[in-house]
Amino acid sequence: MTLNGWIQIALYCAVVLALVKPLGWYMTRVFTGERTPLSPILAPIERGLYRTAGIDERHEQSWLGYGLAMLAFHALGFLVLYALLRLQAVLPLNPAEQGAVAPDLAFNTAVSFLTNTNWQNYGGESTLSYLSQMVGLTHQNFLSAATGIALAVALIRGFARASSKTVGSFWVDLTRCTLYVLIPLCIPYALFLVWQGMPQTLGAYVDATTLEGAKQTIAVGPVASQVAIKMLGTNGGGFFNANAAHPFENPTALSNFVQIASIFALGASLTNVFGRMVGDERQGWAILAAMGVLFLAGVAVTYASEANGSPVLNALGLSGGNMEGKEIRFGIAASALFAVITTAASCGAVNAMHDSFTALGGMIPMINMQLGEIIVGGVGAGLYGMLVFVIIAIFVAGLMVGRTPEYLGKKIEAREVKMAMLAVLCLPLMMLGGTAVATVLAAGLAGPANAGPHGFSEILYAYTSAAANNGSAFGGLTGNTPFYNTTLGLGMLVGRFFVIIPALAIAGSLADKKTLPASAGTFPTHGGLFVGLLVGVILIVGGLTFFPSLALGPIVEHLAGAAGQTYSTGG
Amino acid sequence: MLNQLRPALVLLVALTAITGLAYPLAVTGIAGVIFPAKAAGSLIERDGKVVGSSLIGQSFTSDGYFHGRHSATTAPDPADAAKTVPAPYNAANSSGSNLGPTSAALADRVKADVEKLKAENPGQPVPVDLVTTSGSGLDPDISPEAARFQIPRVAKARGVPEDKLAGLLAAQVQGRWLGVLGEPRVNVLALNIALDDLARK
Repeated sequence: MTLNGWIQIALYCAVVLALVKPLGWYMTRVFTGERTPLSPILAPIERGLYRTAGIDERHEQSWLGYGLAMLAFHALGFLVLYALLRLQAVLPLNPAEQGAVAPDLAFNTAVSFLTNTNWQNYGGESTLSYLSQMVGLTHQNFLSAATGIALAVALIRGFARASSKTVGSFWVDLTRCTLYVLIPLCIPYALFLVWQGMPQTLGAYVDATTLEGAKQTIAVGPVASQVAIKMLGTNGGGFFNANAAHPFENPTALSNFVQIASIFALGASLTNVFGRMVGDERQGWAILAAMGVLFLAGVAVTYASEANGSPVLNALGLSGGNMEGKEIRFGIAASALFAVITTAASCGAVNAMHDSFTALGGMIPMINMQLGEIIVGGVGAGLYGMLVFVIIAIFVAGLMVGRTPEYLGKKIEAREVKMAMLAVLCLPLMMLGGTAVATVLAAGLAGPANAGPHGFSEILYAYTSAAANNGSAFGGLTGNTPFYNTTLGLGMLVGRFFVIIPALAIAGSLADKKTLPASAGTFPTHGGLFVGLLVGVILIVGGLTFFPSLALGPIVEHLAGAAGQTYSTGG
Repeated sequence: MLNQLRPALVLLVALTAITGLAYPLAVTGIAGVIFPAKAAGSLIERDGKVVGSSLIGQSFTSDGYFHGRHSATTAPDPADAAKTVPAPYNAANSSGSNLGPTSAALADRVKADVEKLKAENPGQPVPVDLVTTSGSGLDPDISPEAARFQIPRVAKARGVPEDKLAGLLAAQVQGRWLGVLGEPRVNVLALNIALDDLARK
């Protein structure tokens, strides 16, 4: 580890913290329907959309209506994206003449983008036409991000309102988020990325003749517009196969820094939206503090592990840390930082190959996802995931002192705790259940590229990433097979909707309750004690659930590597 | 759910048009005007021919050029389209090696490369980036140490004094952004073009 590395990390934290209040202020205005500086331009467009769609802006929905609207929208979106991928060969904007995407891969990719996962079984530049990238993927990047934020706002309304039957309108939240938040941020952001060197063209791939006289075909495309929303919306699906490690998808150290800042920007700011909407900003800061503690612990472990390097390679006389799968312009600190951020949020973009990380360096990304990506998390998804844990933490605290638990004046009762547990339990079911199935079936065992415990880690990482809707991978796994395309696709669906629906149910039941005034017996939820309790509950729930599987993968690999053991696929 | 169909359909079509067409096409249009060279892929032309992109690494194998990092990119096997063959710096199919820290294949590969480089420049520590593959397989850069390590070989192949190459190299080193972000590096293609220019003079 170097001093410069830690300065980069500290600078990163400072920039993200500085964004929280202004973005939180702005988004609160957007979602409470107040005028914003952009209203003069956008309000007419917004009203036109509602008129055409037959939406009454003031009509709010119950939690069930909100959920059904969301599901109807997603079902249609899935059909359109699936059809687009299957038909891309006969549609325009396909200069590289990509063929139709196979049915199982089209299913996987459509589900993946719909659920904000963006798992890459597709190869980007070698699979998709420009039309598929733009109309299919860029578009779903916006809408899955807007959906996540909309749902988080609905849950916040649940806490903020009293005796209300409704939690907002899905259509209005979706439209306002897209028009007022995502697009205005993405346009200057995309232009900044082009300035850094990212291509943005509809022209065909370029044939170059290298200095040594060989032919090199260079894939280009409308990259910057997609990358802007890919990062800001914590989607993470790459334009190129190598994602943000590709020099066109992340040209400079500065583009890298801005990309990682944009991964956390909206998710971190939503904690401030939460605080503002429930009338006490300290509540938001307390949640962000719990996220921050877990985040910094992860960064420290991954950075230290990558800087120390792999014992097997260090034994050959190398020093300078683990550079396998990393790019020179980022180096070890910015690669380790990126890996922790992308899995803490549900982004899943990568600027280095996680599969080639050291055993412990690659374990932290897995743990981040297994905890449910509540460390800032996906836009919206991180906040509602964290609020689910808050309910469990409050419940545990209530049990300890023998009082009915309360949070922000709302009594937390059996229904909320049941729903919270449903959301918390569906993740290990899909992560560990999927891994267990894949490790006993021949179709699953055909996947890993590495032998020994690392091969197990590749499978565990895949199901973890799918159910957590992350999308990063231990990329050696051959995932583009009917078995993996289907089972990982199911993991993504369960991981997304079996968290969203219970979270909405909680929103509905909380909104309906009265708000009780704070009394001397109320447990304050903005101080260090609460932050510590929350972190403890998250680690105990996550730790007890996943420790055995981690012991079989990264932990045993760490010990084997330290003893100089290697594994070959042949034997 | 049926009464949700109209708003779902209309919003899907309208937001698709806005986010999937209007937005990327607007960005393409603006970028093409204010950053035309970068939007097209930062291509480098020499004598009217495109020789590469300043952001994309390319394969160098001859002794007279500085070499980039190992690349794990592949291409479809001409004999059997279902298989792939190694194709370093294939800029139409980026990928890393994805070999893990206890992979015997990785350890064997690195060991062979370390021995080869030690024979080429005895007594010098082998820079780690010269024996590891990059994440994209298209890394345009190497560390300044990795470039310096190759000076004796290039000098011998070109018949140029080593200190002249050291001067050429020093001019090509790019520092951290504002002295903080990223790592110092040397763009291999730019360095080799400067090397060829030296020979032309």
